[in-house]
Amino acid sequence: MRILISLLAFCAGLWLAPAPLAAQEGGVQAILQQHREAVASGSRRGVEPAINALKASGLDQAREVLEVWQARELYQRAADGLFFFAAPEGDGFRLRDIDTGADAGFAAKAEMTQLRPSGGVRGLIGAALVAFRLLDPDPEDRRTALAALSRSPEAGHLEPLRDAVAAETDPALRRDMERLERALTISFDRDEAARIEAIGFFEGDTGLDARAALAPLVATTRGAAVSAPEGANIARILEPGDDLSEEEAWALLVEAGLAPARVTKADIRAALEANIEGGAAGGVPVRDLGSDAARERAYAALAAAGRAQPTVTDAEARAILDDHVFFERYAEPSPAITEAAEAALASITFRVGAMQAADLTLDALSLASIYFLAAIGLAITFGVMRVINMAHGEFIMMGAYTGYVVQLFVPDYTISILVALPLAFAVTFGAGVAMERLVIRWLYHRPLETLLATFGISIALQQLAKNVFGTQARPLTAPGWLDGALVFNDIVAISYIRIAIFVMALVFLALLVFVLNRTRLGLEVRAVTQNPGMAASMGIDPDRINMLTFGLGSGIAGVAGVAIGLFAQVTSELGQGYIVQSFMTVVVGGVGNIFGALAGATLIGFLQKGIEWFNPSNTLAAQTYMILFIILFIQFRPKGIIALKGRAAGD
Amino acid sequence: MQRSFIARNPSVLVFLAALALFTILVTILAEGAGAGVISTSFVKTLGKTLCLCLVAVAMDLVWGYCGILSLGHFAFFGLGGYMIGMWLMYARTEEIVLSANAGAALPMTPQELSDGIAAQIFGVVGGSELPWVWSFAHSLPLQLMLILLLPGLIALVFGWLAFRSRVAGVYLSILTQAMTLALSLWLFQNDSGLRGNNGLSGLQNIPGLAEVPQATLSLWFLWASAFALGGFYLLAAWVVSGKFGSVIRAIRDDEARVRFLGYSVEGYKLFVFTLTAMIAGIAGALYYPQAGIVNPAEIAPIASIYLAVWVAIGGRGRLWGAVLGAAAVSLVSSWFTSGQVPAVPLGFYTVEWTDWWLVLLGFGFVAVTLFAPNGLAGLVERIFIRGAK
Repeated sequence: MRILISLLAFCAGLWLAPAPLAAQEGGVQAILQQHREAVASGSRRGVEPAINALKASGLDQAREVLEVWQARELYQRAADGLFFFAAPEGDGFRLRDIDTGADAGFAAKAEMTQLRPSGGVRGLIGAALVAFRLLDPDPEDRRTALAALSRSPEAGHLEPLRDAVAAETDPALRRDMERLERALTISFDRDEAARIEAIGFFEGDTGLDARAALAPLVATTRGAAVSAPEGANIARILEPGDDLSEEEAWALLVEAGLAPARVTKADIRAALEANIEGGAAGGVPVRDLGSDAARERAYAALAAAGRAQPTVTDAEARAILDDHVFFERYAEPSPAITEAAEAALASITFRVGAMQAADLTLDALSLASIYFLAAIGLAITFGVMRVINMAHGEFIMMGAYTGYVVQLFVPDYTISILVALPLAFAVTFGAGVAMERLVIRWLYHRPLETLLATFGISIALQQLAKNVFGTQARPLTAPGWLDGALVFNDIVAISYIRIAIFVMALVFLALLVFVLNRTRLGLEVRAVTQNPGMAASMGIDPDRINMLTFGLGSGIAGVAGVAIGLFAQVTSELGQGYIVQSFMTVVVGGVGNIFGALAGATLIGFLQKGIEWFNPSNTLAAQTYMILFIILFIQFRPKGIIALKGRAAGD
Repeated sequence: MQRSFIARNPSVLVFLAALALFTILVTILAEGAGAGVISTSFVKTLGKTLCLCLVAVAMDLVWGYCGILSLGHFAFFGLGGYMIGMWLMYARTEEIVLSANAGAALPMTPQELSDGIAAQIFGVVGGSELPWVWSFAHSLPLQLMLILLLPGLIALVFGWLAFRSRVAGVYLSILTQAMTLALSLWLFQNDSGLRGNNGLSGLQNIPGLAEVPQATLSLWFLWASAFALGGFYLLAAWVVSGKFGSVIRAIRDDEARVRFLGYSVEGYKLFVFTLTAMIAGIAGALYYPQAGIVNPAEIAPIASIYLAVWVAIGGRGRLWGAVLGAAAVSLVSSWFTSGQVPAVPLGFYTVEWTDWWLVLLGFGFVAVTLFAPNGLAGLVERIFIRGAK
């Protein structure tokens, strides 16, 4: 056999060898003329040498001729059998020479014959063209050709692709070509060893193309037979009841023609309806047919009378199932290949799992930093001052709207964000101070009523925002340099906005820790929190400190609003979505402590993403479970993750 | 000699008399039975308001008397609505499915009937089987029991966990709010088995009473609501008047002292929390057949805060104050949001009350909290009772 093939190849080589020589002498026309009959008749077998000759000629025009031929725009002149490009003109054609492109006169319609290559021939031409395109001098064109090739790969593309890999000089492009060559080898190569080698290439590879190339190899179909089929590549034997339900197994038997379809309840109903005679069907009065037992009795009577298909009882059905074998069969016949593919896919699955865990960690970190930003203001007003501020979410909303308004006046997005951050702080700081002076300071001894009063402020502010800005979402656009994402591979990626928010959360943490622990204001805040009377007698004005602390917490909410507005819809309800989560963050983390808010946000962020991972289709359920978890968590650590001890704990 | 309960609490008698008078007056003026001065939809609004007053009484009991600011009682109210709604919807759909099958050749099997009902009810969320939570929906008595049992059980478990670990004050409020949020989020999912955000609808059609006009039905519900309000008002007044009432008020004022005196503070709190959750469930079960639809948005945390606000505006620690607050705020609220209030032209801007009502309401809360800590009831007392002295 092998000798025969090499002999054939040798003959073909002998026969083809003079072709380039001839081409250089006579051009494309000469090559086509050599194969004139074959080209004109369009038979696949005859055309192949012509296409190969064109390919081997190395002539620039060959590519154009092939493209025109494939598009069915190549014509042959009946008189002398020469081929031309022809454009319709009047009642005839304007001809162009296929070698030089020069005008070759006018021909009447009757003189020209259009070449109509069949689908098979066009496929051959396409494969030849792929070779041309992959060897195009312009790397951009080569990249486009490669992309087109990867979208609709065919067996014929493998050879030109291998040639192109060898000739490629651009390293990135070469890498892409090699990947595609490996994938095509898996799909189309006839040599089993080569395919297994190519499968090995993708081991542990997380690219989508790797999975796409391997998945068809391990695709299985289910089947049923009297005994396991010889020579088939069986993936596994299925046990009815364990691996597949008895209904499914029966359906496979029916499909294989090994058993009759079972009579369903709908069949029984239809048969009974068709056989009602004198107010009864199968001897049972119609009014009694309102139960499955009565219907089955009536149907059995009908079947016994030969007026309906007899049923298979459950015991009979089980016996029939026991007599047959159910299996999953690979579409790929070679066990060596499926085994290699399964192994490669297993390693890929493991790597993908690890990558997904990494991606999930990034997601959780970014969610945690969002919760932290939203909650950190509360950590001060609620955590340090013990004031329940239900309007905290509305301060976040005010910050986001401040950003939106700034963008109306400052068109440059980078500058506008830089302006919006301090401005949002100023606006919400002012609002917080005003609220503290007007409302909250009268209610320091009645915390539950602070809740109600601030709730009133919250719904008033929400409605005011609705009246001013309308109900539709307003855009707060991030600067261009925050567009896009940092992509590690096909699975792990994080958008720059989320990175920016993460960095911002860290900056705020550092800033607040600095202010509270290293400045005069922080010292006074801590003093007033622990013992206002004693602090006052030390010359600290508790009123002023309370006002400033509340303003600080509110101001931070405003800044968080700008950050949140960058990725969320800015509406009057923006803050509402964060308020319960923020309170939980503070309570879970531990009241009275900035690091508590950090711990709480981290726990909640990771928890939510973790639960979503188990049940990815349902974020609502994930949130429900998370809240339930938090309620339980509070049972065991009522004072949160980071509980203050000793005098600082207050109470 | 111990005087009778009513003699010690004349206000209860006054309240019951006023409630009876109100109910008779509405009946006489209503479309269904009398003069037709009051439209059916307004009778329904009044009936719903009575239910809101009932849940406000429950809230006052748990917050005003026992000091537990629960932000979850409207969730229990909504659960009560869901429980009755399941039976209403099931039974009504059963009637529809049976009448659709009336022309068919064979009577339906139980399985076919239940499949037909499930397809009707769950078509909107893409389901065709009755979820397990509907197991009792075919039976009115079971479902009526669930109106009491489900809110009661949730309150019992939650309260036991929370009170046992001494979660109190604002922490408890936040925790109950979290519970409410969890419940509403769970109901919002389509596969919760309660039709996701579509909720249960068509509840105003009472199965078996298709021939009774809505005008008459609305009166029946008004009477039922008034009866429930009167009954539970009496119960609540009796509960708070005796020694039990003194203990729970003491818990509100100083929990630690009551504990040191040897009372089981957790037991008292748990009892009040659970009892009021059950009352809230009943109120909801009466409310939603009048409203016609119950959906998860009703259970959102904000609704429970509104409930607290009604009680605060009405006046905590006085049962009639809670009723006054709930009635006043909800009626005024529906009046303002109905668009019937004339707009106020200011020349440069016209104040449309549908837009500005919430702003007014919000600042109203602030004003009441700051200037009238005892609410409307406090004002009334200051005017009448001090004046009488």
